[in-house]
Amino acid sequence: MSSDERRAAPDVRVRQALNTVVSTERVAVVATLIRVTGDWDLAEDCVQDAVEKALARWPVAGGPRNPAAWLTTVARNRALDVLRRRQTERTKLAEVAIMDELERDGAAPVETIADDRLRLIFTCCHPALPVESRVALTLKTIAGLSTSEIARAFLTSEPTLSQRLLRAKRKISKAGIPYRVPPDHLLAERTSGVLAVIYLIFNAGFGAPDGHLAAEALRLARLLVDLLPDEDEARGLLALIALQHARRATRVDDAGDLIQMEEQDRSAWDRSLIDEGLWHLRRAASTERPTGTYRLQAEIARCHATAPDAGSTDWAAIVNHYDALLVVQPSPVIALNRAVAVGFCDGPVAGLMELDSLSGAPELASYHLLPATRADFLRRLGRNAEAADAYRQAYDLAPTEADRRFLHRRLQECEH
Amino acid sequence: MRYMMFVGIDPEGEELDEDTTEAWVADVNGRGKRVIGERLRPVDDATTVRVRKDELLVTDGPFTESKDWIVGFDILDCGDLDEAIEIASKHPMARAGRLELRPFWPIED
Repeated sequence: MSSDERRAAPDVRVRQALNTVVSTERVAVVATLIRVTGDWDLAEDCVQDAVEKALARWPVAGGPRNPAAWLTTVARNRALDVLRRRQTERTKLAEVAIMDELERDGAAPVETIADDRLRLIFTCCHPALPVESRVALTLKTIAGLSTSEIARAFLTSEPTLSQRLLRAKRKISKAGIPYRVPPDHLLAERTSGVLAVIYLIFNAGFGAPDGHLAAEALRLARLLVDLLPDEDEARGLLALIALQHARRATRVDDAGDLIQMEEQDRSAWDRSLIDEGLWHLRRAASTERPTGTYRLQAEIARCHATAPDAGSTDWAAIVNHYDALLVVQPSPVIALNRAVAVGFCDGPVAGLMELDSLSGAPELASYHLLPATRADFLRRLGRNAEAADAYRQAYDLAPTEADRRFLHRRLQECEH
Repeated sequence: MRYMMFVGIDPEGEELDEDTTEAWVADVNGRGKRVIGERLRPVDDATTVRVRKDELLVTDGPFTESKDWIVGFDILDCGDLDEAIEIASKHPMARAGRLELRPFWPIED
């Protein structure tokens, strides 16, 4: 080892330690500062400032024994500093009160910190905010992504996204959106709102090559399960995300082309994520409550994740889960997925009959997966000319380049 | 916080078996959450007033060409938006029409 490497090694370790601390503790520090100051920008700026100070100091002076407490103290002192400076400009009673509270809030009990994180999550996902703002605010404030990262993930410009965040924070303060965990009579409804935001983030990241958003959704779902251990639908969502994210390495090939599940290399599925998903699904199933939509979807994902090969998939069980899902959440897209399962369970002819009953649904009129599914059944029946027609229809409706490449490949197979 | 609750009609609203507005008013007044509220005459009786280049322009009808007429209002005094939402959701017009909650703009802002 050269002397350069010896000097570099502790630096790398400190940076890794810092990153771990930041990713696990940041949200708690931000959440507490928002509760005490009511000022989202101040809270985020002060925590960012503490992180930068740590990055500068820890590699030189060594990391502190309790990094989380260090970050909290530095961020809080910074907030006090900013408030004092504001105060000399114009004396404000409200800020004096905040400063008193900040100084008193030195040693908040653990439950308060957990509550603070929940307060933050529920406020970011409040139904009075537009849904795209809930997503952006959750990614910015809870996941700690930068504005430019979020803008890139949602294919929007950074100024647009900054505006969206600004308007959301303004509405929280001006419209009186409370910073709190909802009372019991609202908890179920608001929790399902939070789950919807996390699922939206996951779906936005699903299939994206870097898997960044999907990984953030997984972290958010884990955090929510930690904070709300008795919410079976939160566990259901975590299980669903874990089981699907476990397949991330096998969903596209090196050229970026989609690989269907039956052709994926199952040995490359992430076993530890599958185990995590199965564990949470078992825990969720131990409640008395009727099975909700996330648990049902996770059950379907479980059938895929635990089949040793595509041929031994328990399609009958999957059809049953879809039946249950359609009762809780009637939707033509779910009915289409059920038809796919019927096609595997009872054969392509049965699948085609299911599709016929769906062809009038207006929600599916421009959905490429309807003709793509029909094409797939026809191809498996050897009706290649009809299959080719259906693949062409699907091709014209396909939303992404990867979808079009996949359908084009299938079309060529049918034309030979 | 004070909120203006606009009560609007909605062509896609639900049919109501009975008008429970009075019971709602009694309940919200009893909780001290309602400052004032009134039902409004239909837009046929509305008059729009403008002054342009010092000239007074008075016209018949409302200023929006909308089908979602405002038929009344209530001023609510609530702790936060969740409380205002909860009170609004109990109003019969939450089913038959729709309600819009607008926070007052305080003087110090």
